[in-house]
Amino acid sequence: MMMREYKTITKIAGPLVFVSDVSDVGYNEMAEVALPNGERRMGQVLESSKGLAVIQLFGPTAGVNISGTKVKFLGETMMLGVSPDMLGRVFDGMGRPRDKGPKIVPEKRVDINGAPINPYSRDSPKDFIQTGVSTIDGLNTLVRGQKLPIFSGSGLPHNALAVQIARQAKVISKEKEPFAVVFAAVGITHEEAAYFMRDFKKTGALSRAVLFLNLADDPSVERIITPRLALSTAEYLAYEKDMHVLVIITDMTNYCEALREIAAAREEVPGRRGYPGYMYTDLSTIYERAGRIRGKKGTVTQLSILTMPGDDITHPIADLTGYITEGQIVLGRDLHRKAIYPPVDVLPCLSRLMNLGIGKERTREDHRGVADQLYAGYATGRDLRALSAVVGAEALSETDRKYLEFADAFEDKFIRQGHDQDRSIEQTLDLGWELLSALPPGELTRVKKDFIAKYGKKFRKEEEAKKE
Amino acid sequence: MGKLVKISGPVVEAEGVANASMYDVVKVGKLELTGEIIRMIGDKVTVQVYEDTSGLKPGEKVETTGLPLSVELGPGLLTSIYDGIQRPLAGIADKSGSAFIARGVSVAPLDHSRKWDFDAVAKSGSRVKKGDVLGTVQETDLILHKILAPMEGEVRSVKSGRYTIDETVAVLESGGRSHEVSMLKKHFVRKALEVSEKLDPDIPLITGQRVVDTFFPIAKGGTCAIPGPFGSGKTVAQQQFAKWSDTQIVVYIGCGERGNEMTEVLTEFPHLVDPKSGKPLMMRTVLIANTSNMPVAAREASIYTGITIAEYYRDMGYDVALMADSTSRWAEAMREIGGRLEEMPGEEGYPAYLARRLAEFYERAGRVRCLGSDERYGSVTIIGAVSPPGGDINEPVSQNTLRVTKVYLALEAALAQRRHFPAFHWLRSYSLYAQTLDKWYVQNVSSDWVALRTEAMQLLQKEAELQEVVQLVGPDALPEKEQMVLTVAKMIREDFLQQSAYHEIDTYASLRKQYLMLRNVIKFHGRAISAIDLGVQLKRIVSMPVRERIARMKETPEEQLGQIESLNAQIDSDFDALGQKE
Repeated sequence: MMMREYKTITKIAGPLVFVSDVSDVGYNEMAEVALPNGERRMGQVLESSKGLAVIQLFGPTAGVNISGTKVKFLGETMMLGVSPDMLGRVFDGMGRPRDKGPKIVPEKRVDINGAPINPYSRDSPKDFIQTGVSTIDGLNTLVRGQKLPIFSGSGLPHNALAVQIARQAKVISKEKEPFAVVFAAVGITHEEAAYFMRDFKKTGALSRAVLFLNLADDPSVERIITPRLALSTAEYLAYEKDMHVLVIITDMTNYCEALREIAAAREEVPGRRGYPGYMYTDLSTIYERAGRIRGKKGTVTQLSILTMPGDDITHPIADLTGYITEGQIVLGRDLHRKAIYPPVDVLPCLSRLMNLGIGKERTREDHRGVADQLYAGYATGRDLRALSAVVGAEALSETDRKYLEFADAFEDKFIRQGHDQDRSIEQTLDLGWELLSALPPGELTRVKKDFIAKYGKKFRKEEEAKKE
Repeated sequence: MGKLVKISGPVVEAEGVANASMYDVVKVGKLELTGEIIRMIGDKVTVQVYEDTSGLKPGEKVETTGLPLSVELGPGLLTSIYDGIQRPLAGIADKSGSAFIARGVSVAPLDHSRKWDFDAVAKSGSRVKKGDVLGTVQETDLILHKILAPMEGEVRSVKSGRYTIDETVAVLESGGRSHEVSMLKKHFVRKALEVSEKLDPDIPLITGQRVVDTFFPIAKGGTCAIPGPFGSGKTVAQQQFAKWSDTQIVVYIGCGERGNEMTEVLTEFPHLVDPKSGKPLMMRTVLIANTSNMPVAAREASIYTGITIAEYYRDMGYDVALMADSTSRWAEAMREIGGRLEEMPGEEGYPAYLARRLAEFYERAGRVRCLGSDERYGSVTIIGAVSPPGGDINEPVSQNTLRVTKVYLALEAALAQRRHFPAFHWLRSYSLYAQTLDKWYVQNVSSDWVALRTEAMQLLQKEAELQEVVQLVGPDALPEKEQMVLTVAKMIREDFLQQSAYHEIDTYASLRKQYLMLRNVIKFHGRAISAIDLGVQLKRIVSMPVRERIARMKETPEEQLGQIESLNAQIDSDFDALGQKE
């Protein structure tokens, strides 16, 4: 490819550089900008027209000037060199080694934007992933190839939950299958990144992990790139190296902020709350890069974390994410205040692919019924809490009081668990039955009758069990 | 030959494109990406490109195909899965040899080499009108495909035999010229296919979903909007309609939605069996999958591609159900392209023509008398999902949709969160067809259908009023009869309205089953009220064992409806016994 160098910058605005008198510049092509002081920065072509190219710089435009700066077009879109040697390594937000290790010798180079998976070639996700967290396994089951984000708020322990999942996640199968974690830090603080690193090191997970870190003080424009590097690596490991890859991206809110910043610099017509109108499409090109492909052994499962500004689930970031992902795990501030960990507010949680991963021969035949019954019972209990606050618990019927107690016990025993407590799915479901046994048997309309006898009975007090 | 002058995202500009007209399909660049002309100024044309434009350079060629964006119509559509511009996804996968969608792959929508058994119906020498059946092809085990006369004229020849879709099956003489007719037809997607007459929708679309069929019926040829926040069950509802609706053909458009969801449809439908014929549902289904990460311009086209295919089967005299999931993504695609064109935006950045486009789309639904002299009737029913931001329907797409649709199924997050599915709110949903369809229900199900439904709805309304009181004073402060209303309303909600899409029996309920179930609940209410009048304690009524049998009615298989029927007498005898003990 012929390298073309220009010294014809005519305008610099925000992260954008306008170059005139150019020819043969492709849309989305990468460009290298050489500053008068010898420093080099990367950029991408946002618009190419006859004789004019608009470049978005990854990094600040400080030091770039009109007369002395050179621009070189590289003739290709952004590529990432990938190799199995990346496992155990730490990279920066642009994919350069950050751990003082040697350069990666790429086995192949891939376009970081990927290409949409042909829906025809997708295979249905189905393998149950046991995370050891009851609220997820029992009520919002995660399966391989799913994208399930954690909706959190500032100050909530989403990072602790994410590392717990990364540590405990396993598929209950006979053969041992290669597993990897790809971690993308998008605009998080050094402290948070260190927390993840420490935990990965402690548990030995680092050797099977690839880390991309764009920290809070790194250029925000890079945040557009970082998740895509992580996903390209994950796709390579999954579809070419037959690994089961769990991708953790934190924090997607910072990604969206970067997207808004660039859109504003380009003077685009803003959509809701100043975020660009194409944010849905843009987010989908990240989230949709999860799944299983027919005929390939590996899978990509995505666990993205986002902090909802003002704990508002209708905020565009959370809202658009929820419309793309296959459910969501929502953390609640009320539970956190009650010192319950993990503070998973189960009512707004959902796993859309749950039914593909549960039931007979996958988890247990009573799983669906138990989950529905726990949900219904907890929802009723929560409603009654509000009511009893007004009229007093005495004014409620006996059944209603049982629901109140059930809701408390549910939070205390089912939701609450230790940071290192790894519950098997059997334990989780039995715990569910144990809690349900406090409710009158006539209320259990969501579970099949046979299952009450088969699984629920042993938790009932004897005289009650006889009556059943 | 035209040349590219500017590329910025999915909208590009070119100049000097010879013989171009508005809405022509063009081939862009060396990769020959497919695009459509959407604006012309002087020598310049603006093109929306249906594929990713990365790497395109100014100066690359742009050529018009001279044809507007069209779909290929003919045998072979059923069981297919297409992207938004009718490229077969299986074909793309085969040709590119990759699981990812490569750019510039061109595959014909229909198989042009496959031979079909064509049975001539029209006679040589006879005169046919436009729309008359020339012959038929058994497209799948379920569907007989009819080849219709494209114009009025005299049949010169028509012969049964094995043909590809390009070969001539008949010759018509019309206006002094003879026309060769093949099984393939091409149609401009943005224009509706012609019909003789539109009729009033007065037959219900039976979906097997109790809340819909009983309370908010959809008419065949009607329009229905399902707005709801994420996680409230839009997609499951759409898939339930696709599986169980009593239409012969289903067109399912996944417009800007999840890839795995389309996979679910793809893997599930071939295994699901049509209850009437015992054949896989896929045999009557066309899928259009333009997932959220596929190019945005093709998403805009996908809705038109789908509705045109639906109309094509309607014209053969079939009832077609079209599911569009989700129309909000379609509107957003319009907004994105409008933004790139630097159009003056309307409300919330959507283009000013949003309302018109939505109305035009829903207006393509309807029950019709088809063209032709043999009195065929067909219908296209549109069920459109809407994804309002934050679940708040005070936004342009929801509001403009509700203005043109006749059934509104209001999905509510609060219901979904307590796992009340389908999460349609019984007080906020409505169907403007309910009155027109009452006659049909009375004739075909039971004379007391309307009375039962009205009473159930009144109970639910009463419950909502009472709940406000309960919030202040607690349920015990209410008179016993009103407490009974709360109990029965709960029974209606839990034992009738709730329906599990994943339960092997509950997933579908025939009208007969729906009727018997509702009759039992209402019967219970009637007897309970008279029992209270006789002085029976509320507590004893509430703890009657028959209530559990009512709660389990939904698990009764269709072959054993007698059990639900006999429960009616059981309720009577249990209440009689209760009265005597007192």
